[in-house]
Amino acid sequence: MLYREAGQFKTSYREDEAIFPIRQDRIAMLLILAVAFVAVPLLATPYLLTGILIPFLILSLAALGLNILTGYAGQLSLGTAAFMAVGAFASYNFILRVPGIPVLVAFAGGGVIAALVGVIFGLPSLRIRGFYLAVATLAAQFFIVWFLTKVGWISNYSSSGVISAQPIVILGYGIDTPAQRYLLILSIAAVMALAAKNLARSNVGRSWMAVRDMDVAAEVIGIRLMRAKLLAFAVSSFYCGVAGALFAYAYLGTVEPDAFSLDLSFRILFMVIIGGVGTVLGSFLGSGFVTLLPVLLSLTVRYVDRHLGLHIPESDISNLELMLFGAFIIFFLIVEPHGLARLWQIAKEKLRLWPFPH
Amino acid sequence: MQFFLEVLIGGLLSGVMYSLVALGFVLIYKASGVFNFAQSAMVFFAALTYVGLLEHGLSPWLAVPATLAVMIALALVVERVVLRPLVNQPQITLFMATIGLTFFIEGLAQMTWGANVRGLDLGLEDAPIAWLSDNAGINVSKFDLVAAGVAAILVTALALFFNRTRIGRALRAVADDHQAALAVGIPLKQIWAIVWSVAGAVALVAGLLWGARNGVQYALTFVALKALPVLILGGFDSVPGAIVGGLIVGASEKLAEVYLGPYVGGGIEGWFPYVLALAFLLVRPEGLFGEKIIRRI
Repeated sequence: MLYREAGQFKTSYREDEAIFPIRQDRIAMLLILAVAFVAVPLLATPYLLTGILIPFLILSLAALGLNILTGYAGQLSLGTAAFMAVGAFASYNFILRVPGIPVLVAFAGGGVIAALVGVIFGLPSLRIRGFYLAVATLAAQFFIVWFLTKVGWISNYSSSGVISAQPIVILGYGIDTPAQRYLLILSIAAVMALAAKNLARSNVGRSWMAVRDMDVAAEVIGIRLMRAKLLAFAVSSFYCGVAGALFAYAYLGTVEPDAFSLDLSFRILFMVIIGGVGTVLGSFLGSGFVTLLPVLLSLTVRYVDRHLGLHIPESDISNLELMLFGAFIIFFLIVEPHGLARLWQIAKEKLRLWPFPH
Repeated sequence: MQFFLEVLIGGLLSGVMYSLVALGFVLIYKASGVFNFAQSAMVFFAALTYVGLLEHGLSPWLAVPATLAVMIALALVVERVVLRPLVNQPQITLFMATIGLTFFIEGLAQMTWGANVRGLDLGLEDAPIAWLSDNAGINVSKFDLVAAGVAAILVTALALFFNRTRIGRALRAVADDHQAALAVGIPLKQIWAIVWSVAGAVALVAGLLWGARNGVQYALTFVALKALPVLILGGFDSVPGAIVGGLIVGASEKLAEVYLGPYVGGGIEGWFPYVLALAFLLVRPEGLFGEKIIRRI
């Protein structure tokens, strides 16, 4: 009854091609944004912000980057964390070596450098497909992390390879409390999500999807494969690079190259698969799921342990969490292989008919 | 020259150890089209179970069949709980499921047997063969030679199994197309249970050898990361490819570390095999021995 589009007539192409053609969607989106921008910073505790919401948003951005590459352009990559590392370290060097550079420009610069590196490691995709490509992108993962550790200039010759992010100052206004950092990340994530959505709806996005579905056919109908694939690598790495810069500056503070390990790449891939391949919404849902699941599991296991008096040793608890995490992922893939975004779509279909299903 | 030969042979033999792990991947990929990331966790699990059983007082000869039984049970459970519900899903979904499985098996192994590092003694000494060091001046470990022999036997057996038996043919049909295989009456469930059991057995062999070499510890799970370049070098679906790939990766990695490493600051073993494999792939996109895929519209 609430979610019904009857009576909303579209009288121009503009209206028909809007991102949210249904009025209720627009209202819901505005509500979500209002809550995220106004209510959350006012109400959330610092723990909730730094422990959950900030990593959630940053990893959503990285997942969005990988989703552009894997979900839209169909190129499987296991090197996401390495591109994040490039973004983080490039931003660090921009701020360190270019006096007076605005922080946001440095972040974007980090993204651009990550995009260039992404294009280089994307070149093999012109020859290699599928899992061969996935394993080949592992070369990026290991090589980049090694390179960042070995070349002292990048970490400004710090003996351990660890860099400390400089304080973020935007237009003379310091960003240091959790709420301020949250708002900064949220704004960047919102703008970039909008850009990704629009990119996916444009001819670039359509050419990516054609390449994903069948690259030989796409080539035959006149899509330039090299351009489409490398552009996907560039855009994806740009997103990952910006996410990496935020990861270093607004979340961790001090970073070493090893923080961007293969594990992180896998976690981001999980987000994409669980959230929904080839959807912008899915990147956020998946990131929420993967960020929240370990926290919830840990709380539940500890709660059960305390109340049943089992006294499980600490090492077993972490192993149990690991097992449950794995089991949940398998369970989820079996129940809904198309991801959370698909569930949301099914819910919308149901909602459209509710409460009269006929 | 002697030093070069020694490094080369050492590399080739350690490459065989990579091949053993890669073989498990190839088996499952060849027979079900699943890129089984959990193979390394299975290696870890098998080694840990074997050592755990020894600690509980089982004799070494009894522990092998007991561990094998555990691996087969694991294979049956995986087939029933993970694979069967995911028939005909896209490959990437199955791949992600095996990563979930990796977490599960690693947690299970450490919870059952504890996480401390243990030694494993197979009665093979890791010492150079005296005859060779005396006459040719080259140090070759006896242990490595035995490992190479085991790998050779395994590969021959598996190659025969895939190419000469009825089950082998069914396995290849399943890999080609799940649905079509089902339609012509191949029992998918049995086939998957068999191939995962065989992969479990291969994991046991690899686990024993790697465990005896490096100690049974969590680091065993990283061995898989060494096996992946071997895999793409040789081709995902080629048993001989796993061996040849292993030899190439092992030898070139050691040579690169010794001769190239000092110039760039060392530690290149981690990524060198990947870059090498990448270079090979640019020439042959389906690996050295992989089946050539002809793409039609």
